Amino acid sequence: MPKLFPKSANRLPLQILTFVGVLGGLAALGVTYYMTPKYTRVGYAPVQPVPFSHQLHAGQLGLDCRYCHSNVEKSGHANVPTSQTCMNCHNQIKPQSPLLAVVRQSYESGEAVPWVKIHSVPDYAYFNHAAHVTRGVSCVSCHDRIDQMETVQHAKPFSMEFCLDCHRAPQEAVRPRELVTNLGWQHPAGASGQLRDGQKLVDDWKIKPPQSCSGCHR
Amino acid sequence: MAHAEHNASAPAILQEVKPAVLPRPVLVENNRDFGWITDKICSLIEGKTPLWWWICFVVACFVASFTVAGITYLVSTGVGVWGHSNPVNWAWDIVNFVFWIGIGHAGTLISAILCLLRQKWRTSINRAAEAMTIFAVVCAGIFPVFHVGRVWYAWYLFPIPNSNAIWQNFRSPLEWDVFAVSTYATVSICFWYVGLIPDLATLRDRFAATGNRLRAWIYGLFAMGWRGSNRHWSNYEMAYLILAGISTPLVLSVHTIVSFDFAVSLLPGWHTTIFPPYFVAGAIFSGFGMVLTLMLPLRAIYKMEDLITQYHIDCICKITLATGTMVGYAYGMEFFIAWYGANPYEGFAFINRAFGNYAWAYWIMITCNVITPQFFWFKKVRQNTALVWILSIFVNVGMWFERFVIIVTSLARDFLPSSWGYYSPSIVEIFTFFGTFGVFSVLFLLFIRFLPIMPMAEIKAVTQQADPHAGDKHA
Repeated sequence: MPKLFPKSANRLPLQILTFVGVLGGLAALGVTYYMTPKYTRVGYAPVQPVPFSHQLHAGQLGLDCRYCHSNVEKSGHANVPTSQTCMNCHNQIKPQSPLLAVVRQSYESGEAVPWVKIHSVPDYAYFNHAAHVTRGVSCVSCHDRIDQMETVQHAKPFSMEFCLDCHRAPQEAVRPRELVTNLGWQHPAGASGQLRDGQKLVDDWKIKPPQSCSGCHR
Repeated sequence: MAHAEHNASAPAILQEVKPAVLPRPVLVENNRDFGWITDKICSLIEGKTPLWWWICFVVACFVASFTVAGITYLVSTGVGVWGHSNPVNWAWDIVNFVFWIGIGHAGTLISAILCLLRQKWRTSINRAAEAMTIFAVVCAGIFPVFHVGRVWYAWYLFPIPNSNAIWQNFRSPLEWDVFAVSTYATVSICFWYVGLIPDLATLRDRFAATGNRLRAWIYGLFAMGWRGSNRHWSNYEMAYLILAGISTPLVLSVHTIVSFDFAVSLLPGWHTTIFPPYFVAGAIFSGFGMVLTLMLPLRAIYKMEDLITQYHIDCICKITLATGTMVGYAYGMEFFIAWYGANPYEGFAFINRAFGNYAWAYWIMITCNVITPQFFWFKKVRQNTALVWILSIFVNVGMWFERFVIIVTSLARDFLPSSWGYYSPSIVEIFTFFGTFGVFSVLFLLFIRFLPIMPMAEIKAVTQQADPHAGDKHA
């Protein structure tokens, strides 16, 4: 009767363990990197019907965010401007630009410009835009340096962790209301100053960001 | 002879007292030798597949398909296909979970606690009882996993870092349950497998000797190079002892934690301190009931009367009697405390159990769990194998009803009469539950066909032939 197993089979358990360990480790790394919103959502920059540049309008020209997104302080839903808002200026400036054809068409027909939505909160998560803006959470906290973006892209992960990090430590983000749309602003005294003044604002405004499930999943 | 001298020098008082002769019952009848034991157990695997096995297997597969169908429908539709709704939000799912997980406890008790207590009669039943444990845990696991509804999120039960930045609620007994049951499953499988290794090697060698290389190779793979050397045995015994030590607290802890699912809540009828010992006793009771249900047919079909002797049946019956009586005591004590505690809600919960809408279930439970085991006081009953088997079925039924009574009656009568309700299972639930008996049977049939149902090496150690003093007559 020949042997059932070659001598090398003695090493088999260790080899299997190593293989499974390496494979499991790689799988864990892969899932962590490729299957979380840091990868799946960050960088989303769809082609828009109008090549609108925030870098030009909000950055170079210094238009306030609220000139176009006029309801962000009043409404739970942050509005995208109508083409009438665009035409306030563009009936004077570059009125015949071919890039603005879609805007002019919308202005004449009354049909909205078919912008592609980028920053989206799932239906099962309640999010009130005004509640954040009026309590000193800057645009930059969620939308990053949108005033430097030629094409708007999803810059933050918008994962539940992303929301909760701020809800658990709001003093790291809140700033005086008049500085909310000043995207480049940072506390002059650095992180320690932000924590000190942020905490003061949290106390004064009685900011109590919900951390229970039903705070957002109503 | 040495013991003759010993008798002569015994204190004179013994002549007057005349101590009763207490012979130890033999564990293997008819003075069977080692070769017979090996041949007997291996023949079940080596022989042709019997016709009854195929019939049972096909039927079991058919019944198991009920569970598969029920779960498929549940996953594709949602948990609404089960009959739960306010106020009874836990029903057959948790009843079935506790029922199956309880059954497993006999296997662990036999393999671990009886091992540490050196109860030699465990040897011929421990392998099959451990298999029963593992298969029961498989059936139990189906229910909590699928009752979460969106089963693809079941991994949320485990503390895995995630992009939600949330963690499990470690103050919840439901989370403790996840760890209790998964630890229990892991340790039980390890214990079972370690015990199997020497026997798998025996099978490997026997198949190799008859030239069946494929089967020799498969058994050899799992025997992990066992040669039966002294060093192997020494390491094996130590590993087995350590695993027995680890498993022993699990016998008590798993069902204690299962009982916490209820006891830690504030619902009348659940919120009682008696629950942990009461649940553990009930689990062992139900487990031994299932051991009898499985072993007696096996013993008859495979003609194993020499290995599973009347003494074994007596021992199992007596443990069933003891734990069943404990369970009966717990039922009485619950009522006593409900009265003595003078809490009107608690009092109502128990009166409602016995005389409310679910009284029918309560009295089935009392009949099966309190009255049935009392028959085991009688030697005549214990010696009537068919009757013991029928009584064991009553134990199984009764313990299922115990969980049903505890869970459903307490929930159906909420604090506010306006939210009272009456729960009935949906057809999907019924099929899913009965299908688990098929799942269990499929696994158990595969086990008895392909693995040695008794630990050959251990049985040999408790035969008369292994005992150098077997012929001595100690008076």
